Amino acid sequence: MGDTQRPAKKTAKSRPKPASANEPEFVQLLTPEGQRVQHPDYDITLTDDEYRGLYRDLVITRELDAQGTALQRQGQLGLWPSLLGQEAAQVGSGRALKPQDTVFPAYRELGVQWCRGIDLISSFALFRGTDLGGRDVAADRFNMYAIVIASQTLHAAGYAMGVAMDGAVGNDDGEAVVVYHGDGATSEGDFNEALIWAGVFNSPLVLFCQNNQYAISETNARQFRLPPYRRAEGFGVPGILVDGNDVLATYAVTQAALDRARRGEGPSLVEAYTYRMQPHTTSDDATRYRDEAELDFWRAKDPIVRYRKWLSAEGLADESYFAAVDTEAGEQVRALRARVMALTDPEVTEMFDNVYAEMPPGIAAQRAEAVEFQASLEEGSDVR
Amino acid sequence: MTTMSMIKALNEGLRRVLEDQPKSLVMGEDVGRLGGVFRVTDGLQKDFGSDRIIDTPLAESGIIGTAIGLALRGYRPICEIQFDGFVYPAFDQLVSQLAKIPNRSGGRVRLPVVVRIPYGGGIGAIEHHSESPEAYFAHTAGLKVVTCSNPNDAYWMIQQAAAGDDPVIFFEPKRRYHSKDDVDTESAGLDLYRARTLREGRTATLIAYGPTVDVAVNAAAAAAEEGTDLEVIDLRSLSPIDWEPLFASVRKTGRAVVVHEAPGNIGVGAEVAARLSEECFYSLESPVLRVTGYDVPYPASRLEDDYLPNLDRVLDAVDRSLEY
Repeated sequence: MGDTQRPAKKTAKSRPKPASANEPEFVQLLTPEGQRVQHPDYDITLTDDEYRGLYRDLVITRELDAQGTALQRQGQLGLWPSLLGQEAAQVGSGRALKPQDTVFPAYRELGVQWCRGIDLISSFALFRGTDLGGRDVAADRFNMYAIVIASQTLHAAGYAMGVAMDGAVGNDDGEAVVVYHGDGATSEGDFNEALIWAGVFNSPLVLFCQNNQYAISETNARQFRLPPYRRAEGFGVPGILVDGNDVLATYAVTQAALDRARRGEGPSLVEAYTYRMQPHTTSDDATRYRDEAELDFWRAKDPIVRYRKWLSAEGLADESYFAAVDTEAGEQVRALRARVMALTDPEVTEMFDNVYAEMPPGIAAQRAEAVEFQASLEEGSDVR
Repeated sequence: MTTMSMIKALNEGLRRVLEDQPKSLVMGEDVGRLGGVFRVTDGLQKDFGSDRIIDTPLAESGIIGTAIGLALRGYRPICEIQFDGFVYPAFDQLVSQLAKIPNRSGGRVRLPVVVRIPYGGGIGAIEHHSESPEAYFAHTAGLKVVTCSNPNDAYWMIQQAAAGDDPVIFFEPKRRYHSKDDVDTESAGLDLYRARTLREGRTATLIAYGPTVDVAVNAAAAAAEEGTDLEVIDLRSLSPIDWEPLFASVRKTGRAVVVHEAPGNIGVGAEVAARLSEECFYSLESPVLRVTGYDVPYPASRLEDDYLPNLDRVLDAVDRSLEY
C-alpha cells in the first residue's frame, strides 16, 4: 500500500521509454509521442481551424499562467496557483462546453476561463488582493473561484437541480453544468454529498476531476484507495478516466458527458489524469516531497509538445503558425500584465458595501466611522 | 385574528410564501411526505408538489450547499435543519459560503436563502436536540439571525425572512412550538429586524429572545405582584440587533438583565451588556447582568431544568441588580 500505488512514482524509477508505457487504462486519443490512436467509445472530429484553435488555447493559457507566477515573484500578486501541465485538461474540457453551459471552477481554472471568453482580470484581482474575485457570474455562466476545497461541488449540484427543475434539459440544446475540482477534493464530505445529490436527483452535472496527483504534498495514495472515476460508480454515477494531458481525449470525453447531461440522462464524473508541474502555489516548496525524476517522467508527457507534433505531422499547422501563436501569446501577456499592474487598491468603503442587500444600521455606522477615521488621518498628514 | 399554535403559524406563513413567490421552495430532511418531524411543513408537499417541497438526502452541508446553487439559479430556498445540534455539518456552507458569496461577488450575487432551525431545550430530548447555537451565526457577517417567540411573530417573521434578499438564519424555539396564541393574518405590524417591548416598566429591563421571552414575561408578572415594575423586551432579531429600544429602555430603568438559554460565555448577552455599557454608561445604576445556560455542554435532560434560565433565576438576578 501507500506509495506503491503511485503509478507515476513507480514508473519514474524505472525510467521507461516511450513515455506512453505504463500509463493507466484511460481514454487516450493522442499519445505522448504525438501518435493519434483510436478508442472504441470516444472520438473527435473538428474543423482544421478548431484543431489549430486548441493549440492556440493551450499556448496562451500556459503563457498567461506563467505570467501569474512571474507577477507573484515580482511582488505584484500575493499568491499564484499555477496550472502548468494541466492545460490540456482545462482547454479540452473548456472547449467542449456549449454557450448555455455553466461552470463552477475551483481556483486553478484560468484555462477554462480563457476558453469561455471571460475577462481574466477577476482572477488576477483576487490574487492581487484588490477584490475577492467577484464577477457577474450569471452573465458569464462561470462562477467565482472557490477556495474552500469541494465547497463548489454542492453549489454546482444545487444549480444543476435548478436547471432540471426549469425544464432546461432533455435534448441536444439542453443546459449542462460542470464543476471543476481536484483529487484532494474527493476526500471532502461536500464532494461525496454532491455525488449523492446529483445521483438521486439525476441532475445535469459533470464533475470534472483534475487529478494532478497532489493535494499540496499528499499523493493520491493518501486520498483514496479507489480512484475517483471508479468511486463514482458506487454513487450510481458513471465515471470515466481520461488522459488529462491529451487535449483531444479530454475534449471528446467531456463533450460526451456534457451531452449526456444536457439530454437529461444524468450526471457523470470525468477524471482527467494529469500532473501539476509547479508547486501547489507560489507559497509551496515542492522539492520537499517530490524529485526531478518524477518531473522528468511527466515532462515527457507534456500536453503541448505532443499536440504540436501531431498538428505538424498532419499538416494542420506549420512553424509560421506556431510563431504567430507565440507572438499573440506575448501580446496577451503584455496586455494582461499592464492591466494587473494598473489594478489599484480599493476604497475602504468597499469592505462594507456589499455584505448585505439591506445594510444593517450597525455596518452603516462602522462604514461612516472608517471613512471619518481615514479622513482624520489625511488631515493630520496635511498638518504635518 | 385566529388562534393557532406556533407550528401552525409557521405552516401557514410558509404556505403564503409558497403561494406568493413561485421561485420559493422548501427543502430539508423529512419535510415532504412526513411534513417534518415537528410537522411544520405538514401538507405542503401535497399542495405544492415534490419539486417545491423537497425531501433531501440526509446531509446538512448538502442541504445548504445545494440551496446556494439553487439560489444562484434564481430559486429562493427555505431550508430546514432538523435540530439545532445537527447544523454543524453545514457550518462551512453557512459561514464561508452562504454568508460570504454575496460579498465576494461585490454585491452582484444575492442569496435569498432562509435556514429554519428548531432550537433550545426544555423538551426532555436526548443529546444534540436542545442546543442554542445562535451566537455562531450572529457572529458571522453576511448572515442575519432572527428568532420568533410567539405564533404571531412566527407567522409574519418567516414571511418577512423569505421576502428579503439576504440569507436569514431563522431560529424556532421548539419548546414553544405547541403554544397557542392569536395571529393577526391581516397586518404584519412590525418589521423583521425590530425589537418589541412587551411590557413597560420603570425598575429594570429584562431582555430576552425566543424561548426565554415567555420566562421573562412570567418573571415580570411575578415581580409585579411584589411591586417591582419590570420592562420586557423581545429582541426578535439577533443580527442585526435593534439597539435603540434597548438604549431607550435602559436609560429609563438604569438596570438590565439579559436572559438566554445559550451559554453566557461570549454569547449574545455579552454583546448586549457591552453595548449597553458603551451607550448607557451614565444611566446605569448597576452592571448589566446575564441569566443564561451554564458554560457547559447541554446536560442530560433530567438536569435541564437546572440548566435553563427559569423564573426564579431571573427574579434572583433582578434582586441582585436592585441591591447593587
